[in-house]
Amino acid sequence: MNVLVILIPVSLLMGLAGLATFVWTIRSGQYDDPAGDQARALSPEHDDAPCPPGTRS
Amino acid sequence: MSAACPACSALPPPEAVSDGRPTHLLHLPDIHCGACITSVESALNAVPGVESARVNLTLKRVAVTAPALATAPLVAALAAVGHRAERLDPGRLGPQDTVSRDLLTRIGVAGFAMMNVMLLSVAVWSGATGVTAQVFHLVSASITIPAVAFAGQPFFRSAAGVLRKGRTNMDVPISIAIVLATTASMASALGFNHRAGWFDAALALTFFLLIGRYLERRGRAAARSAAAELAALEAPQALRLDGERETVVAAEALVPGDLIRVRPGDRLPADGTIVTGRTDLDRAVLTGESAPEPAGPGDAVTAGETSLTGLLTVRVDRAGRDTTLARMAEIVATAETQRSRYTGIADRAARLYAPVVHLLGAATFVAWLAMTGDGWLSLDIAISVLVITCPCALALAVPAVSTVATGRLFRQGIVVKSQTALERLSEVDMVAIDKTGTLTSGTPTLGAGVPDDALAIAAGLAAGSSHPVSRAIARAASARGIAPAAVDALREYSGDGVEGRWNGEVVRLGRCAWLDASGDGATCLQIGAQPPVVLPIAESLDPSAPALVRDIRATGRDVALLSGDTSAAVRRVADALGIACAMSRLRPADKVAWVEREADKGHRVLMVGDGLNDTGCLAVAHASIAPGSALDAARNAADVVLLSSGLSGAALALATAGRAVGRMRQNISIAIAYNALAVPLAMMGHVTPFWAALAMSGSSLVVTLNAVRRYA
Repeated sequence: MNVLVILIPVSLLMGLAGLATFVWTIRSGQYDDPAGDQARALSPEHDDAPCPPGTRS
Repeated sequence: MSAACPACSALPPPEAVSDGRPTHLLHLPDIHCGACITSVESALNAVPGVESARVNLTLKRVAVTAPALATAPLVAALAAVGHRAERLDPGRLGPQDTVSRDLLTRIGVAGFAMMNVMLLSVAVWSGATGVTAQVFHLVSASITIPAVAFAGQPFFRSAAGVLRKGRTNMDVPISIAIVLATTASMASALGFNHRAGWFDAALALTFFLLIGRYLERRGRAAARSAAAELAALEAPQALRLDGERETVVAAEALVPGDLIRVRPGDRLPADGTIVTGRTDLDRAVLTGESAPEPAGPGDAVTAGETSLTGLLTVRVDRAGRDTTLARMAEIVATAETQRSRYTGIADRAARLYAPVVHLLGAATFVAWLAMTGDGWLSLDIAISVLVITCPCALALAVPAVSTVATGRLFRQGIVVKSQTALERLSEVDMVAIDKTGTLTSGTPTLGAGVPDDALAIAAGLAAGSSHPVSRAIARAASARGIAPAAVDALREYSGDGVEGRWNGEVVRLGRCAWLDASGDGATCLQIGAQPPVVLPIAESLDPSAPALVRDIRATGRDVALLSGDTSAAVRRVADALGIACAMSRLRPADKVAWVEREADKGHRVLMVGDGLNDTGCLAVAHASIAPGSALDAARNAADVVLLSSGLSGAALALATAGRAVGRMRQNISIAIAYNALAVPLAMMGHVTPFWAALAMSGSSLVVTLNAVRRYA
């Protein structure tokens, strides 16, 4: 039973971390161009400087 | 990209200061793959002065940061590598859609909270008791209450809004179910009773309903942004004469009294009067007449008309919002609001559903209280009824289908602008099509029967002119392999024709009236003193028009031809397509009257048209389609715009709409069947939170999968 005292906070923290990541992905505009990102993943040209958030159309 | 390179800081700063935000937006209608992204971006980055270019493949746009450049060199650079590009006016695109993003965040919060609470609930369902169950309940409560308070706000706000007005909508039972389920479970978590909690159900409800809301919102936003994008495509400019200088200004900046210059091929940016110059005016967008009309000093011109041959100076009489064009667009906007009163399937279903849910929940509570006298038990069962009836499947049934269908049409180059357009299209039983610019390309072609030597002389005369008829003659000559005859001393009479000298004789090509020959509106050729020869000029039919008419007939719908053109021109097209019902010489008001008469007879008319003379019609018809080449106002009035699909897209849109509406009905039947099964069980008290969770997710999944299923 004592193990729950550790496991429950751990699972909650992991959930919160996941949620925080999701909110970050929304804020940084990663759902603005799904079709383009899909195509860019296979592009041989490296894009080392992704455009900063807010500058996309 | 200059900011990313340290060496660049040593260079002198560029002339125009940029804050890194895009300065140009271009619409790229043809891009579709990763290779296109690379070629567009590298072509633009190679243009001197471009700091960065980023393609958005989803929106088919590229944002370019090039503060010192005009748009023209960018479009030219793209054309050089084979990409069509059109300028978008960022000012008309409106602000970014923040509500969708906000809903997405709420979906994320509800989803993550739901997963965690479900994990804890599984422990309780599989037999945890005593202190453990109590602790799990408390932990669930501490997750659920903030999560619901945040994620459920769209429903609470909407419910509070309608309750204040003394009405009810679907959000009222949803809010009641979420709040009741949370508070009752809170009571059991604090130890007031020992019933299983509904925390996971409250979160699952919020989660699924938010997804439905998000899809609906996306559909609406996509429709709006398509309309805004179409408006932004047309960013009209004018050449204003300030003394001797010509300045390029936006058409809205013109004021009455300004003098503007209109070059051959320009579309008139404002209403006005010709001061100097003679030309042929293409009035097809306003009147539907295919033949250009001559105009000279003193004649009134209207915004939207195109000057074909001569250079004009025009005094502006009305500009901006006062032009005939803009006033027409306002009439359309009024008709639009009338049409928005059309209630879709989803609204009709919800209107019946909401009161039933309230009644069932209340009746269950009262009945159980009367039978058992146990308040907690009765409340618990009433909650299970509310949770089960909550329209997760119903909320997803329609938006999921229309999202899939409009997405599919968009990939074919068809933009669905209105939310209820699919439903209205599926109800159409009669299709009225405009002729000029819709069924015909608007560019004339030369018919057969012209002798070779006459054609050679005509081609020689036509070589110097950009009039559509001249170009048709030149095209016909090169198609038949005839070299233009050597004609010199060419002289163009704007509005009348061309004169030249061939083998020492005066030859003229122009309007028959100018050459004193009969043949109204036709073109004649006169060699020396011989009697003029009439050249048969006809508009060319859009190559996909016969297939379109056939496809529409195949679905059992009537086709009618409505045109403002002469009866001979209309007859020719109608005969070529086998359309029996063809009306000619219709003024815009006649067209509207015709559509209204058919509507009174019980017909539901689909209007397909592109001109200003069609806009009224497009707005009053039950549904409407405009080709992408249509005038701004016509595209605004239409429900569906065929961007890159061509005319055949109209048949595809009709077919897809029919299937999509079939799928919506199917989905609603599934949702109703699920309720018919689950509600009696819930009212009898057989539904535990576990079964409620299963049933809710199950029915939502079935409905969603049915929506994305392939269209046979």
